[in-house]
Amino acid sequence: MEANDRDSVKRESKKSSSSLLLLRVFLLIYLSFIASAAALAQENSDCLGCHDDKTLQGKRNGKTISVFVDEKKLALSVHAGVNCIACHADLKGSDFPHKEDVAKAQCTACHKEENKQYGEGLHGKAFALSDKLAPACQTCHGSHDILPVNDPRSAVAPLKIPYLCGSCHHEGSPVQLQYHIPQDSILENYSESIHGEALLKKGLTVAPTCASCHSPHRVLPHTDPRSTIARINIASTCTKCHAAIETVHRKIIRGELWEKKANVLPVCVDCHQPHKVRKVFYEQGMADQDCLRCHGREDLRSSTGKSLFVNVNELAGSRHSKIACSQCHSGVNPSKLRPCEGITAEVDCSVCHAEIVDQYKKSIHGQLFAKNDPNAPSCSDCHGSHGVLGRKDPNSPTFAINIPNLCAKCHREGKKAAIRYTGTEHNIIEKYTESIHGRGLMKSGLTVIATCTDCHTAHHELPHTDPESSVNRNNVSATCGACHFGIQEQFDKSVHSPKVTKTDKQLPVCNDCHTAHRIRRTDQDAFKLNIMEQCGRCHSEIAKTYFDTYHGKVSQLGYTKTAKCYDCHGAHDILPVTDPASHLSHQNIVQTCKKCHTGANRQFAGYFTHATHHDPNKYPWLYWTFFGMTGLLVGTFVLAGIHTLLWLPRSIQYRKELKRRLSRKDEDAGSSGEESPPPAEKQR
Amino acid sequence: MKSNKENIFEAAVESFKVNTMVQEEPQFQRFSRLNRVLHVLMIISFISLALTGMTLKFSYTGWAVILSHLFGGFETAGYIHRFFAVVMVGAFTTHIISISKMKNKEHKTWKTFIFSPDSMMFNKADLHDLVDSIKWFLGMGERPQYGRWTYWEKFDYFAVFWGIFVIGSTGITLWFPELLTIFLPGWVINIATIIHSDEALLATGFIFTVHFFNTHLRPEKFPMDIVIFSGRIPLEEFKLDRPAEYKELLESGEIEKYLVEPYPPIVIRAIKVFGWIALSTGFSIVVWIIYAMIFAYR
Repeated sequence: MEANDRDSVKRESKKSSSSLLLLRVFLLIYLSFIASAAALAQENSDCLGCHDDKTLQGKRNGKTISVFVDEKKLALSVHAGVNCIACHADLKGSDFPHKEDVAKAQCTACHKEENKQYGEGLHGKAFALSDKLAPACQTCHGSHDILPVNDPRSAVAPLKIPYLCGSCHHEGSPVQLQYHIPQDSILENYSESIHGEALLKKGLTVAPTCASCHSPHRVLPHTDPRSTIARINIASTCTKCHAAIETVHRKIIRGELWEKKANVLPVCVDCHQPHKVRKVFYEQGMADQDCLRCHGREDLRSSTGKSLFVNVNELAGSRHSKIACSQCHSGVNPSKLRPCEGITAEVDCSVCHAEIVDQYKKSIHGQLFAKNDPNAPSCSDCHGSHGVLGRKDPNSPTFAINIPNLCAKCHREGKKAAIRYTGTEHNIIEKYTESIHGRGLMKSGLTVIATCTDCHTAHHELPHTDPESSVNRNNVSATCGACHFGIQEQFDKSVHSPKVTKTDKQLPVCNDCHTAHRIRRTDQDAFKLNIMEQCGRCHSEIAKTYFDTYHGKVSQLGYTKTAKCYDCHGAHDILPVTDPASHLSHQNIVQTCKKCHTGANRQFAGYFTHATHHDPNKYPWLYWTFFGMTGLLVGTFVLAGIHTLLWLPRSIQYRKELKRRLSRKDEDAGSSGEESPPPAEKQR
Repeated sequence: MKSNKENIFEAAVESFKVNTMVQEEPQFQRFSRLNRVLHVLMIISFISLALTGMTLKFSYTGWAVILSHLFGGFETAGYIHRFFAVVMVGAFTTHIISISKMKNKEHKTWKTFIFSPDSMMFNKADLHDLVDSIKWFLGMGERPQYGRWTYWEKFDYFAVFWGIFVIGSTGITLWFPELLTIFLPGWVINIATIIHSDEALLATGFIFTVHFFNTHLRPEKFPMDIVIFSGRIPLEEFKLDRPAEYKELLESGEIEKYLVEPYPPIVIRAIKVFGWIALSTGFSIVVWIIYAMIFAYR
């Protein structure tokens, strides 16, 4: 504001008006004022004496300009009580008529701070360089008619700011053409953004305007670290209004990160593009092209020889195609020549996937990873890196059908996870592949079927011994029930459910009968024949006695067309026989028998299906029958055995004698003929 | 019973001479054709019943599983079992009918028929024979003069009566449990199972050890006595084996009626093949039972 332009003021004779008389009266009063104040100072009235003439013209920088001052507007402006010479300081003390080349009004005297900020900003710097496009105070604020900022008629009232800034920053304006401003269609974008909509369409004067983010006076480029829109400052700029924004971003970004590690976070504008701010994320390719300038080269290697090549096609087809490089590889500083030199840490997926990474850290995978165990899988071991695909993409390693193979990379027998495993489950991949789940998934291609992650969870895998584990005994029925809801419902009401039976003994869970991995079809013989042993693990006595009956014996021979435990007791809905709803209650038992024995009756159902002849108290009839039969058997064999054993030596002797006699007989036959009398036998 | 095809056989006899016994000599006819046929039926049905039944009784052994599958499954084994049960009962019934006819032919009352000296019924002579036999076994006397039926043969004979009754009645209970429980409580099926199974064990065990020893394995007959199939026994052997009967027949002069031509060697050979199959099956069963009861019992 140091311009020293020479102005020439030309006075023209006043035109006579209809109010000439009135004018004379005013003039009289006016002159009397001047007379009284002449000794004190230059009053505004002194200036307005001339400057209230609408036709009054002056010169500045060789240009003829109007020097008319609207007294009414001045009186309404914030500067109503300010003397003209307070701003037009170079006229202080000058006589009337004053010099011609009056300088521009000075705001500095009062607005020191604003002026300082202006001087530091782009606008001020440009003005200092005499850039014709640079705005001065008056460009935005006006001159004699400056209204308070909260007056809607003010040139810098919030509602007017977009238009005010837009007067220079609209598309195709000299400013936009002459300067490199990375954003385009700023006004259009802003007016469609949630901020612009609120301000311009809803009339919310508290909605942010250009000045809210860019600051009103010290407008700086985002590359300047002092700028309100610099990466490091943008969060504090936005949080001026969005004060509690971390609470709504907690699902994505952990709360404490906002304070402790703000540098690893993506900044607001990484997701919510400037000027286009909406609630949704916007497509943006902020610095990707810059990154790919180097990382698009296949021969790019780190100092350790590791390839740093990023396949742009892989990235473009990935789940993260709309995520900028810098969002994952945080710490980029665009103001540096090599913006990536600020990257020091590995990619932290928790920046966006906070909850999942939290789970992972609690899982055995994450626990091992935290111990720097070389066997521990990290995010990228399962999900891949730049080519990461969603789990619904058939090409993704985490697509349902690919999961068993993914887990098999470590958990197949002989692989690293299987080697360190000390439990009893072996050949899990092979067993799973044979199982009803594995066949459904891999042979029938049913993607809704249970894979490894459905039971073990995708990110919260824990050993079954951990009470938190999805495959812990206490959680198994809920885990299976996620799909087999109806079964779990039945099971929860059965005697095997901890909700029904309170006991210190271990109650069975799904995998006790169905196994963990080799889950067989229950309608196939292999399962049916195995179930007795499963039940028998706990119900040993009752299983043993079952095998004493016809049903058990047929089962033992390897045939399934006979009653097995669940045919009578039910499978998941086993209830005590005292419960009327039980398959074996008095009301239901005949019906249960009739499932196979169509002619069954009440007395038929009295057959002891778990009879044993070893218990004289429970089954006296069976016991004594067996006792009698065994007695008969033993008695007969003992007597017959004694008889036979006694006979044996005599019989041998007799055989010899017989042979001797018969051979003698043969010799005799040669001489005396057939009808010779038999040798004498001792008669009794 | 003299064969009128004597001349044809003579040539065969010469070429197929396998036995040291003198083939041309007349042999003593001991069993009628019907009895022999019935006994063969008994053998076949008994062994079949034993094999099929045992698969269930000893279902906990490996051999039972194999056997059951060889029979074509437990259901097929069950059908075979019931088929041969009918065959056996049929043979038994035929025998009863034949006895009844024989009684009528001899114009005897049941009482006189049953208690005639040569009948299967135990009599005083058997008691004497038993006592004398034991004395003989112990070296306290000579070999008794056994008659038409020895006491052990009579025992075996009546064992069949007992067995048919006990195993047959329990078998029917197990065959039609739904029907029987209309009249009887359900636990009767459990009782029937025990009796059926244990009585069958007794029968198989007895037949394949004691009966086999008494008839085939005792050294004087070792390895096999084919009389039950051929029906005839060399006269010389008969004289020594059944001195009392021989004497009786000689005295009454009826012995001529029972003298018949021996079977040609090819028939004997066929009989022996059958006999060996029956014997070895029986012995195998005994071995399996012993294995099951001693080594696999649970």
